[in-house]
Amino acid sequence: MITEFFFLLFAIMAAAGAVMVVASKNPVASLMFLVLTLFAVAGLFVLLEAHFLAAVQVIVYAGAIMVLFLFVIMLLNLGHDRSDLRSMAGRVTAVVAGAALFAGLATILGRGAVTEMAGGMGAETVRAVLESRGAMGAVADPLFRSYMVPFEITSLLLLVAVVGAIVLARRKAP
Amino acid sequence: MVVASIVPLSLQAESAYVPVLPWLILALPLLGALINGGVAFLRPGNTRLPTVVGPAAIIGSFLVVGANFLAMRSVPPETGAVVTLWQWMSVGGLQIGVDLGFDQLSMLMMLVVTGVSSIIHVYSVGYMREDPGYARYFSYLNLFVFFMLVLVTGANFALMFVGWEGVGLCSYLLIGFWYQNSEYASAGKKAFIVNRIGDFGFLIAMFLVFVHFGSLDFAAVVEAAPATLVIGGGVVTAITLALFLGCAGKSAQIPLYVWLPDAMAGPTPVSALIHAATMVTAGVYLVARTSVLFAMSPVTQAVVAATGAATALLAASIATQQYDIKKVLAYSTVSQLGYMFLAVGIGAWTAGVFHLMTHAFFKALLFLGSGAVIHAMHHAFHHTHRDDDPNDMRNHGGLRRMMPITWITMWIGTVAIAGVFPFAGFFSKDEIIWASGAYGYGILWGVALVVALMTAAYMTRLMVLTFHGDNRTGADAAPHLHEVPAVMWVPLVGLGVLSVVGGWIQIPDALPVLPGVHVLHDWLEPVFHPASAVMETRGLHAAHESPVGGGEALWAGLSTVLAVIVILLTFRALVARRVEPADAPAPAGLAGILYNKWYVDELYDRTIIRPMLALWRGCWRIVDVGVIDGTLNGVAGGARLLGWFGSLFQTGRVATYLFFFVTGVLVILGTLLW
Amino acid sequence: MNIDFATAALYLGGFLFAVGVAGVLVRRNAILMFMSIELMLNGVNLTLIALSRTLGFEAQVLVFFVMAVAAAEASVGLAIIIAVFRHYEVVDVDRVTLLKW
Repeated sequence: MITEFFFLLFAIMAAAGAVMVVASKNPVASLMFLVLTLFAVAGLFVLLEAHFLAAVQVIVYAGAIMVLFLFVIMLLNLGHDRSDLRSMAGRVTAVVAGAALFAGLATILGRGAVTEMAGGMGAETVRAVLESRGAMGAVADPLFRSYMVPFEITSLLLLVAVVGAIVLARRKAP
Repeated sequence: MVVASIVPLSLQAESAYVPVLPWLILALPLLGALINGGVAFLRPGNTRLPTVVGPAAIIGSFLVVGANFLAMRSVPPETGAVVTLWQWMSVGGLQIGVDLGFDQLSMLMMLVVTGVSSIIHVYSVGYMREDPGYARYFSYLNLFVFFMLVLVTGANFALMFVGWEGVGLCSYLLIGFWYQNSEYASAGKKAFIVNRIGDFGFLIAMFLVFVHFGSLDFAAVVEAAPATLVIGGGVVTAITLALFLGCAGKSAQIPLYVWLPDAMAGPTPVSALIHAATMVTAGVYLVARTSVLFAMSPVTQAVVAATGAATALLAASIATQQYDIKKVLAYSTVSQLGYMFLAVGIGAWTAGVFHLMTHAFFKALLFLGSGAVIHAMHHAFHHTHRDDDPNDMRNHGGLRRMMPITWITMWIGTVAIAGVFPFAGFFSKDEIIWASGAYGYGILWGVALVVALMTAAYMTRLMVLTFHGDNRTGADAAPHLHEVPAVMWVPLVGLGVLSVVGGWIQIPDALPVLPGVHVLHDWLEPVFHPASAVMETRGLHAAHESPVGGGEALWAGLSTVLAVIVILLTFRALVARRVEPADAPAPAGLAGILYNKWYVDELYDRTIIRPMLALWRGCWRIVDVGVIDGTLNGVAGGARLLGWFGSLFQTGRVATYLFFFVTGVLVILGTLLW
Repeated sequence: MNIDFATAALYLGGFLFAVGVAGVLVRRNAILMFMSIELMLNGVNLTLIALSRTLGFEAQVLVFFVMAVAAAEASVGLAIIIAVFRHYEVVDVDRVTLLKW
């Protein structure tokens, strides 16, 4: 009962936060709503038994990346109220497009094909693995066995991103 | 190079002929061509290396051929051999190897080709000494010998065709050797294009042979022909007519002879080697090589013989009124080639090949002699800075005092070609004339006799205009005229000797006093035996009387006496006559028609070339510009229109792109959900 | 109250994604467009996590990679925005038409 409550709470927070990210005029406010959404999603991750990723979500996303966004907003002095939203026609178009997309996705889900996807280990096995290996061990196992090479390439990608960001953002040498 | 297999054609394997270093015969000229070509590219001014390499490659090849000849003579006469160097192509049922055929006929041809080539290469050292393209010249000439050897040794149609095209290429390159002169370059193109018409026939014949025999090997075709084809049938007639079209192109017969006189634009030794002694006889060789097929088709035989006789007559008539010394010899060559085709047409293959050989000697001699004259004239004009034509006989006259060796050797060539006993031409030409009479071709026999007398007349005219009478070179230039160096007159003497004795290998039994000699006949007998057998099944036999009576001895004696009389009469008539200056207007009447070569070039221009040009111009306007260009431009215009339409979406604004992107995603999603 | 968490999370993931798309369309500020993209990524992540209960932990590994790529993309993207801002003094995507030929 209590889990259902928290699930609903986080779900509403996430959905409302997401709408406010898009709708609020002030960029800083948008960013705060985005942080809220990310926290709520992290909570949902916990409820869906992805504890490790919930932690990563909070630390990396809500912590590091959002701070980066905030930093850039402040750096460029964009924290004023002048709206960057489009005209009414643009807004309607956006809402219609979003609604149509959601309707399409919901139709797919409603047909049940995705939710009934089978062939994996199944909910019972997942729970058993979590019991025996712990939240981190369960993720670490495939990550460092089957996905070792992609993992290393990811580290390389991040290195490239760091170097690229420095090169792009620095002032030209006088 | 690896000799993959040597297949003796004889059944008595223990005494079979084994070729001696067969690949070396071809490799030496090719190597020479490559070395000289390299010199021409890297050090065009270097004359020392080509002087050594050019003649040495050919003489080396000649020596190897000689060794092979001796090897072949030491075994029973019917043995030949096929040397497969490597497998060339293997497509379905078509198996073509690089097969070199060594039999009596190809051996004889190789001897003639490499022998005459050796002499002419040595001569060229003197003739081309001061030419800036010296190394290039020897490169082409060596390459020509290589392809000519490929042509005569090729043991199947395909390989022979390689040589056939290769000599055509070298002919083109050497006619247009002085390509800076556009007229010479055009002459090269003319030769090439006219030859292509003949090559078309060769190719058609090759396809037909493959369809009906399943093989392109000469040995297989010769063996299978009597059983596979019907004598006088449509197939064999079609094959042989197509082959003859190829021969007419290569060997300058009616209607494709027009390129040969223009081919005299090349250096004179080239005219001697390619356009007199060797390449132009390739057609005769091809007919001899496929003699079985020709023997099986009476229609083609008649066509070949009639074409040969007609060509001989036409060319001889034109030769009587030309003033360019090389043009006279060129038409003389066409005429003599006509004799050869007359011979192989009526089935006297040995006689045709015999005349081919003797003609190679005396015509090479005559051309080299004319080259010596031109060489001397060119120097005289060069010293006096005149640009008169050194080839024009109206500028010659009285050269016998300045150039005695050339004078004497050219007289030998003249009496040889005129068929005077005991020079080489007498035996070979007499055999042809006699055979045409003996096989019952009465009209052709008469034509051949008349042409023989015309030959004597126009050759004597050439000699008189060039060497006798008063000198017309001009007082300033005449002192500069002198005999050519030894490197040029020694080859003349060598060919002069051959022109005398070359005919003695084949003397008819019918002649009184002389012993009958059949060296050549016996030597070639294995090659022509199948064809002779076919002739016998057709019931053809040589008669012992001419169409108007009289035996061989009578007519041979008569023809030689008549030739001598014609020579003397012509000499008497011309030696005292005043010669028109070189810039005189063209003669009128019959002489004018002959002077203008029966207007054949003009006729071809009007009837073939201009309609063709008109047709192609129409094609260009309608098909090229209208259809092809229109289609292309239409496609391009369509693409441009499409691009313009697409560029409307390229606003540069991210929002637009996003809008279309999202729309696209939604459409795809909707389609998937439908 | 009996909710199947996984199914609900799938619907929510779809919703977040759709909102993100709407945000990208409706915003002109490049930074806010980026934030909308983050929303879309989160929608996808949530979907993957929801499915990981039936499909196994590979889905969670995939989420891990998505986060890493998102971090890289955010850092490079923001650097580009800074570079563009230095040049044009704006971050309005309608006024930066670099893609026009």
